[in-house]
Amino acid sequence: MAEISSTLLYSAFMIYLFSTLFFAMSISDKKNEKAAHTKKWGKIGFITACVGFAAQLGYFITRWIASGHAPVSNLFEFTTFFGMMMVLAFIILYAIYRTNGLGVFAMPVALLVIAYASMFPKDISPLIPALQSDWLKIHVTTAALGEGILAISFVSGLIYLIRTVDQSVSSKKTKWIEIVLYSLISVVGFIIISLAFKGAGYEASFEIMNDQNQPEKIVYDMPAIAGPANGEQLDDTFNPLFSTPSWMNGANASIKLNTFIWSLLSGAILYGLLRLILRKRIAAALQPKVKINPDLLDEISYRAVAIGFPIFTLGALIFAMIWAQEAWSRFWGWDPKEVWALITFLFYAAYLHLRLSRGWHGEKSAWLCVLGFWIITFNLIAVNLVLVGLHSYA
Amino acid sequence: MQSITCECGHSNPYGTSLCQACGKPLDNDVEVLSSMRYEGSARRSQTYNKTFVDRTWNFFSSVRVGVWLIIIILVAAAIGTIFPQETFIPPNVDPATHYESEYGTLGLIYYLLGFHKLYGSWWFIILLGMLGLSIIIASLDRGIPLYKALKTQRVTRHDQFMKKQRLFSVSKEAELEEIKYTLESLRYKVREEKGNLFAEKGRFSRWGAYVNHVGLIIFLTGAMLRFFPGMYVDEILWVREGEKASIPGTKSEDGQYYLENKEFILEMYDKEEKKFNSALSSVDGEVAKNYQSNVTLYKTKPNHTIGEDPELVKVKDGEIRVNEPFKFDSFALYQTDFKLNEFNKMSFELEEKATGKKFGKLTVDLHEPEKKYDLGNGYRVEIEEYFPNFILNEQKQPSTVNNLPDNPAFVFSMYSPDTPKGEKAFVGIQKNIEAGENLFKMSFAGIETKDLTALTVRKDHTLWIIALGGFIFMIGVTQGLYWNYRRIWIKQNQDGVWAAAHTNKNWYGLKKDLDFLSEKTSLAALVDKESDTKEEYRSSRRV
Repeated sequence: MAEISSTLLYSAFMIYLFSTLFFAMSISDKKNEKAAHTKKWGKIGFITACVGFAAQLGYFITRWIASGHAPVSNLFEFTTFFGMMMVLAFIILYAIYRTNGLGVFAMPVALLVIAYASMFPKDISPLIPALQSDWLKIHVTTAALGEGILAISFVSGLIYLIRTVDQSVSSKKTKWIEIVLYSLISVVGFIIISLAFKGAGYEASFEIMNDQNQPEKIVYDMPAIAGPANGEQLDDTFNPLFSTPSWMNGANASIKLNTFIWSLLSGAILYGLLRLILRKRIAAALQPKVKINPDLLDEISYRAVAIGFPIFTLGALIFAMIWAQEAWSRFWGWDPKEVWALITFLFYAAYLHLRLSRGWHGEKSAWLCVLGFWIITFNLIAVNLVLVGLHSYA
Repeated sequence: MQSITCECGHSNPYGTSLCQACGKPLDNDVEVLSSMRYEGSARRSQTYNKTFVDRTWNFFSSVRVGVWLIIIILVAAAIGTIFPQETFIPPNVDPATHYESEYGTLGLIYYLLGFHKLYGSWWFIILLGMLGLSIIIASLDRGIPLYKALKTQRVTRHDQFMKKQRLFSVSKEAELEEIKYTLESLRYKVREEKGNLFAEKGRFSRWGAYVNHVGLIIFLTGAMLRFFPGMYVDEILWVREGEKASIPGTKSEDGQYYLENKEFILEMYDKEEKKFNSALSSVDGEVAKNYQSNVTLYKTKPNHTIGEDPELVKVKDGEIRVNEPFKFDSFALYQTDFKLNEFNKMSFELEEKATGKKFGKLTVDLHEPEKKYDLGNGYRVEIEEYFPNFILNEQKQPSTVNNLPDNPAFVFSMYSPDTPKGEKAFVGIQKNIEAGENLFKMSFAGIETKDLTALTVRKDHTLWIIALGGFIFMIGVTQGLYWNYRRIWIKQNQDGVWAAAHTNKNWYGLKKDLDFLSEKTSLAALVDKESDTKEEYRSSRRV
């Protein structure tokens, strides 16, 4: 069953890839082709996305059967599920607005999320007592769905910015758009570089003194640019360029910092290559491809927040509080994950209030949606990996 | 202040900008479209600005102020996660030194600014209070006039009101019955007056914001009630296996609850289990499967006096696991912590060193050691000093860390017919130091251990209020965001049939309704002024 499950996930990934291609075909820039062409390829892209979603749902169900619990219990499972919820959110919003251009951007972002997920350990792991509750599936799935829908507001906002920000001159705005695109490319960089070093079987070992003042061996699977704090290299691999500052706590902080640096580096190389090929800013190259009405994009990103916000609140705050009351005897404890869920809530609440005033529609609103997604990813990744707390299960 | 009477005959309160009945702008410089958000009603904050009360009201009623409060709270909350809060640092360290030694200068600054207790700080609470006030005032300022305005609105609207709407058209002729039928098929509520139509859908969604604000206020009130005595109990209870302990915080007129820990169970996952094999083999230690306390709840008779050995009446048995608290009355017990194999009893034998002959065995209860142990035939042992958790203190003197028998040590006096004055020895784990050259020694003869369970005792009478607040919030937020208030006005004028439409959000949806309407009837398609002008603006800029 576990094998069927991973095959289904792999197929879903490939189908999503095709769906992206079909959506890209639908907006391809050929003059002699008409609305019928757009409509046809858009429809094929949409159906493919639905098929991919069905395959991933199959993965979810079979993995559930194999493990005996809802597969949302570690970072691999959760991040995969988050990608799946992004696809679902895209399907819902596409059904309302029928915008092919949204698919060209939403599907790749979902693909990135799923590929990123697969870099975490994929073993079916048993549930520790704290997670043995029906609220695990209720809380996590609802929160992920809310975040998936909010992610679509980011996608739509990003397209808005690519579409409308003046690319004829370099400005602060064009720089920030490039930074956002560069961060997405860095995820690709991370995936490529992890697979490459994994394929080569790279290992570098260090001996460090752990919290109990015992010597402990830690193993890097990428060349150590940032070595461990007060660590001693055990083999003659690449020498670290610097040591991780000792205030960076948490399990394997130095390895995470090192991976992060590698992601940024490989992202920079990929980004540089793209710039060389395109000979202009990436957003400038994308701009002529997206011809969606900006008002519609603004509407979609606002609608996505309007739909996603209540679901996020229900899943990430209300269900979370009910579970926390059952498991930890208090519904709120200012744990970092809780606080960042509250921050996400406050941020989108501020967004919804700003939408009441006129000047905050359109571009400003699109920037807010980008920032909102940054907060969500920060909570998904950094809080688990960097800030330690009750939610660091992986 | 006097009211303003519109030409349609409706009397509007002072401060109104659009007549609440017909929508005529009551002043020349009124912008209709931007006034539509609150129907051009007389809001207190927009009308008075004289006294201190006015200005306070105006400050808190502003959405801009509300958004700033949200942003400040958001940033403050984020700052609180940079380093762990005081509640998350190890319990036995001094925060004054911990933050500096762990996180350097930044940690020290963090501590000095009080950010290690940020969420309980006076300024954070004040910010939350201000946000609460802002929610209340902003809602009253808008909600009440809006409610009145939507109730008074008339079918026939003033020409200026119609013309200034974002969506507008004039048709040569249109069949009213047809329009009415089509709108009703789209589930609009249609009213007719003198050949004019007013169709509306989803008015209740306009109350969503106010409903969710009520929910938030109830929630915040519930959270504050915790600080009132009797509403909230939060205690911790450690019980050894096989022992009974009184449950702190559960004493009332009709008695005190006691809990017996019959058994503490710790289960680990089997590494051989096929399903989890690869995950379990990649971790070093074992992975816990279950923490469980099997308990029995007792209660004293109502009239028992303190100090007496209480007479306990069994209430019920229960099992407490993580995620499965044990509930009784308004209390709940949560599996919080445990300690395995705590030393409970230690046994020794009095032994003659030369012969190895033994003269009796004694067992010391490490929690309540006796002073003297008579072994018969003139042999006895006395405990001179007892250190439950032995340590050599800074003056190199024997001392104890606390009362927990984690590292018990004793000063024994051993008496025998041969040594009537007694011989002293210091005995601890792997330690035996004699005061002089002794004839006898205490030899170790076994240890008994017990498991302990730690349970959190909780009573929270504020929960239902908080739950109610959350529930109302969810209703309000869904109501306001999943529905919208669409209105369509049809008016017969000299030059044809006028049509105007407005919605508070989701113009896309409204336009779809209108497209359907003009497709099914002879009504001319409504033109969106805003997106057209925007498009022109954009293309002009590109040139």
